Amino acid sequence: MLSTDSSKRISFDRLICDEDLVIVYERHDRIKAVKVQKGSVFQNRFGVFKHSDWIGKPFGSKVLSNKGGFVFVLAPTPELWTLVLSHRTQILYLADISFVISYLEVVPGCVVLESGTGSGSLTTSLARAVAPSGHVHTFDFHEQRAALAREDFERNGMSSLITVTVRDIQGEGFPEEFCGAADSVFLDLPQPWLALPSVRRMLKQDGVLCSFSPCIEQVQRSCDVLQSGFTDIRTFEVLLRSYEVREERMMRTEGDQDGDLAGPFSRKRKQRIPHDANNGSGETTTTTTVMARPCREARGHTGYLTFARLACS
Amino acid sequence: MNPTDPTIHRVVSKTLSLFFPFSRLSLDPQQSSLGTQESGNPPMAQEGSVADLQASALAPAPPPPNPRATWEGCSVLLDINDGDRLVFARLSAAATLKIGNKKCSLAPLLGCAFGSLFRVESGPDGPYLARSSPCASVTSGNSMQESEKGDTMEDIRDNRLLIDNNTAQNLSSDDIEAMRREGATGDEIVEALIANSSTFEKKTVYSQEKYKRKKQKKYAPKVLLRRPSARSICETYFKKVPARIGFLRVDTLSLLLSMANVGPYSDILVVDMIGGIVTGAVAERLGGTGYLCSTYFGTAPYPSDIVRMFNFSSETRSRIVHMPFSDLFKSHENSVFPGAELNANAPSMLSESPKYENTVDLSSKPTVEEFDLMEEQSVDNMEASSSPAKNGTEHFVLNPCSSDASACRHESNASVADTPVNKGRQVPAETVALWKRNGFSSLIIAAPESDVGTIVQELLPLLAYSAPFVIYHQYLQPLATCMHKLQSSKMAISLQISEPWLREYQVLPSRTHPLMQMSSFGGYTLSGIRICNSGTVANIVTPK
Repeated sequence: MLSTDSSKRISFDRLICDEDLVIVYERHDRIKAVKVQKGSVFQNRFGVFKHSDWIGKPFGSKVLSNKGGFVFVLAPTPELWTLVLSHRTQILYLADISFVISYLEVVPGCVVLESGTGSGSLTTSLARAVAPSGHVHTFDFHEQRAALAREDFERNGMSSLITVTVRDIQGEGFPEEFCGAADSVFLDLPQPWLALPSVRRMLKQDGVLCSFSPCIEQVQRSCDVLQSGFTDIRTFEVLLRSYEVREERMMRTEGDQDGDLAGPFSRKRKQRIPHDANNGSGETTTTTTVMARPCREARGHTGYLTFARLACS
Repeated sequence: MNPTDPTIHRVVSKTLSLFFPFSRLSLDPQQSSLGTQESGNPPMAQEGSVADLQASALAPAPPPPNPRATWEGCSVLLDINDGDRLVFARLSAAATLKIGNKKCSLAPLLGCAFGSLFRVESGPDGPYLARSSPCASVTSGNSMQESEKGDTMEDIRDNRLLIDNNTAQNLSSDDIEAMRREGATGDEIVEALIANSSTFEKKTVYSQEKYKRKKQKKYAPKVLLRRPSARSICETYFKKVPARIGFLRVDTLSLLLSMANVGPYSDILVVDMIGGIVTGAVAERLGGTGYLCSTYFGTAPYPSDIVRMFNFSSETRSRIVHMPFSDLFKSHENSVFPGAELNANAPSMLSESPKYENTVDLSSKPTVEEFDLMEEQSVDNMEASSSPAKNGTEHFVLNPCSSDASACRHESNASVADTPVNKGRQVPAETVALWKRNGFSSLIIAAPESDVGTIVQELLPLLAYSAPFVIYHQYLQPLATCMHKLQSSKMAISLQISEPWLREYQVLPSRTHPLMQMSSFGGYTLSGIRICNSGTVANIVTPK
């Protein structure tokens, strides 16, 4: 999934091989991760797709089913992985993930602690950010969840960057071996304030903490505890608004032509259409304009992101 | 947005820094130890304890990824009075900065940990920066909160009896001057002001806090030493001179990096017409691996002065390559490549690659010793010498490549050899050939003044199949048009226009709510994935 593995890197020459992980893209809300296996098939409402047809094609190709339907087979990225991974928990999405990584100032070589691992959505992006020389140590108290996450990271070629450990961070804190070794810490815990004394010991001087909490009460309690030992305590909420773009036809009468209905920023393609003889008022113009509007529904809340820096002693 | 009146300040230091070119090379122990000596003997008289603190802060060598302490020649972000003023400075023993009406040496900052807090104090030799414990100030703020904790609703004090007749303060400015002469610290003056205010006790806890903060800013200005990173640099520009970075907010910048899958060992194609903020942020994520090819249309690279604010290592800088699009495109046209043919390997392209100039040395360009910093005062900046103009122009033009910088150079040291901006290492021809052979691994376009639709159509063929791309714009319509064009050209899928929304909260006991003022706009992005569109498949009728 990462460019660190040069043999898996996308390029014009890089063709889909047996055993590759591909992202099958049907449309923006129908995406699946598939492991290519010679004798295997992928099925959807457009028909049956043979994996063997994909092998030898470049990533990003359009592939056909037995009925002539098509999908695209894409190379995996952490962003696509977030859309296809199996949800064992509530996960973090693009907007939060991006913001967290920037705000935690994660760069190649950093050591990052995370709890809980959950479904590994953020972990995958963290791994990309610390690669090639850094490391993500991620902890979850749920044994099966940790094992599944570990399998995922293995399959995605990230096991050298991520270590998954079963541990109750709220109860036990982070392991002492990371004392003063973490560049940043990320918490997604029901009672994050319980883990904060441990976080304070783990962070390097001026290191950054982020705590993700869906409820404001959790934020309130965490911020109370953060008052000792941390500075620059800030809480944010970040959301994404998506837009849909359409080319719409607009009819107007001749008199209107100079009007500014579509605004100054429309790209007009004017076509005069022969007018109905019964309508005596002259000509009508049809203009097509590309227009954008926000999608009707959106995620309204994910969680509050509280950041703090370890104060300099 | 508050259009304010930006003024340009410069930290002028002398010859010393010439010996320490601005680069992370200065991190090696030899130079770090020199930094210690410098900070151990600051030109200003200071208490031994301050020097000790600095020495101990420097003792462990800074770890590689994010340096934890400053060094001679390093770029720092100074946050004066909680963001009232933000100043980029380059540290040296001779660097000075005017804070309020006091000129302070920046030498005490050398070797200190990022995150350290300083206060302006006056000594026998004039004002100087003294290290102050952030914990102390935290607790002082904290005790205030502790005392009010839980009783916020029960606080019965209000302002019905406060009359604004300018007689509440019994301390005159002469009294304060006298205290200063006797060596009172800023905090002591603030305490005296509170003690002599006849109305302080009648104020609510909040207004007491506000009063204290206001006086602290005036009599004991704080300077917080921060590490310049993509985050802090973007936030600083966005807050003070947003037009220079095309109104790109930090959450939008973060999105660009994710959407373009920026990670080590990638070859990222960038069009950065917003001052170099994208270039800097991408280079930071590459960490000295892969390549960032910053391409430009026309004869000269776009200004990317912001890259100099980062403390990039020489490896990281060597991965930033500026290349005219005409060169990329010319060779691309001649090549058998993208779109047309897949399996061709074209070693012959090696010979086509002409000399490529780049600006990898941008950060060492300004000959280091004078560092033009972007700095401006906000409206409520205390004792600002310049009167902030509320009607000021939004477009703050600061061109360090222009006469400003050279004038400054001249003033500080005339004998300094000047390195032209665009002379740097050449990109190895094999690298260029490799880009063409493999395609770039992603593309970021931030070109608010160009037709992004045309740019993206030209650049997409240079991307590897399945490579993600993202376009930033501060207006929606160009992206909508561009998206529509891409949809019909069948060059890309997963097209999406997004607008991030960022809200900050005040979290205090019984007083939690969103901040009263927020940025309501941080830019739009159009993201997508390049597909392999070989002619045969394109004609298939879809079952939809």
